[in-house]
Amino acid sequence: MTRFLARRIVQAIPLLFVISLLAFFLIHAAPGGPLAVYLSNPSVRPEDIERLRHALGLDRPLWSQYWSWLAAFVRGDWGYSFSDGRPVAARIAERLPATLELASAGVFFALVIAIPGGVIAAVRRGRAADHAITAAATAGISLPAFWFGLVLQILFAVALGWFPSSGRTTPGAGGFLDHLQHLVLPTLVLACVQAAGWSRYLRGSMIDALAQPTVITARARGVPEARVVMSHAFQNALGPFVAVVTIDAALLISGAVVTESVFAWPGLGSLFTEALARRDYAVLMTLLVLSSTAVIVLNVVADVAQALIDPRVTVE
Amino acid sequence: MIRTPSIVLVALVAAAIAAPLLAPQAPDAVDLAHRREPPSSSHWFGTDELGRDVAARILDGARISLAVGLLSASVAGLSGVAIGGIAGYAGGTVDAVLMRLTDAALAVPRLPLLMIAGAVLQPPVSVLVLLIGLAGWMETARVVRAEFMTLRARGFVESARAAGASHARLILAHLLPNAAPAIVVSMTLAVARGILLESALSFFGVGVRPPQASWGNMLYQAQSALLTEPWLALAPGIFIFVTTLSVNLAGDRMATRP
Repeated sequence: MTRFLARRIVQAIPLLFVISLLAFFLIHAAPGGPLAVYLSNPSVRPEDIERLRHALGLDRPLWSQYWSWLAAFVRGDWGYSFSDGRPVAARIAERLPATLELASAGVFFALVIAIPGGVIAAVRRGRAADHAITAAATAGISLPAFWFGLVLQILFAVALGWFPSSGRTTPGAGGFLDHLQHLVLPTLVLACVQAAGWSRYLRGSMIDALAQPTVITARARGVPEARVVMSHAFQNALGPFVAVVTIDAALLISGAVVTESVFAWPGLGSLFTEALARRDYAVLMTLLVLSSTAVIVLNVVADVAQALIDPRVTVE
Repeated sequence: MIRTPSIVLVALVAAAIAAPLLAPQAPDAVDLAHRREPPSSSHWFGTDELGRDVAARILDGARISLAVGLLSASVAGLSGVAIGGIAGYAGGTVDAVLMRLTDAALAVPRLPLLMIAGAVLQPPVSVLVLLIGLAGWMETARVVRAEFMTLRARGFVESARAAGASHARLILAHLLPNAAPAIVVSMTLAVARGILLESALSFFGVGVRPPQASWGNMLYQAQSALLTEPWLALAPGIFIFVTTLSVNLAGDRMATRP
């Protein structure tokens, strides 16, 4: 296990290096660089821009800029946000709770939908229930999340007025109930979209698991069908399913960019779109590297979880 | 029922090709006397804030959305077949290196990186196709590698190799044709993903740029008028949804056909 973890960490380092390099050069490929926004502003004099360029080190060669960024980044100095001058780490820290809250609610309800959906579709394979669940799941993976969000806003916020259309709390009125009401619509979007993919996956693994000799033997021994499904088949299908859920959860935590933006949910996803609109490069770089790190870490977690759940799988 | 998705897709492609003939007016014809009108018999999907006919813009946008979907899937498919094919055929170190590369590419957050590229490079549609395609080769590569691995060990491939078939012949005559069904299925998924990515990028204002209509940038413009003109947000989304749903259903059918 220790060797496995050590090897994965060693593999992750060059990967993160390449991702950061790609992002850094992409961002600096912008005509005019990070200061492009000032070029069209008539009240900023050219000599001011030159001074800023020098102060920020933007007149140095790209390689040396990247090197200073990297050296600072690994020491935990993530720089300062261009838009409000505060440390990037502080801006990320204040947004993280909102994202964790939305992501956990989304993952929880997605599982509540996906697990029964996938299991029932596999057990009733080819019957009406399977057709209905599979159709719903295919619709779910085809749904553009941002449009689904807009439709929910029109329906439940504008027309019916049941839920607030955006934000995390009502300014000045933020009680617990108010908070929950704000959480409903964005959670619904995340949960539906995730549940669709996950139930399709679980249906596939359950169909494989139900065809295993252990299941046939258990049935022949007269084990009740519910036990055959839940303890023989489901346990075998669980390993790969947990792996897929863990990896997808990483993408949610790294910022449900679309959902958060549509609902103005003040998390990391919204921070990303705000930073992109203002060309806030220090924030963008940090978010990209951190979210790639999250994906890599949860990939390792997924492998370990699979080995713990299923004794046939080893991490070596 | 059986062929509905394919019929819908053919109809959409035909409508997109014939858009200039079908559209009631030009997609960029401004009519300030009839701004923000709800759907009616003269404007089926209403008009937008400049009085442009939404139905005409949907038809025009269909050309962009479908073209981006199909072309980006071809880019993704070709690069995926090349990388997955080499990995699966060569095996060994080459396979290990290419598959680690694939894992690496899958760890990159796809949408955020594309959003940065779209914002920074402000690419024309052709470059957008390339970017979306290059962001999506990994899935096809995995499928092709797995297919090549299993096929390589099969008797007919072994005997062709023993009979002295060249690498090119083994790949082109034996491996690729037998892997074709799996490749086609993974490419249909890539078409749907390409359409969704284009619309998401345009929705954030970093994909296809106005005045050129695309389903995604129509939703971007609709978002600010959600309270007063909700119909602007309905039609483009329904078209995105119906298109990706038809593509996915057609793909599912191909995957399950015996």
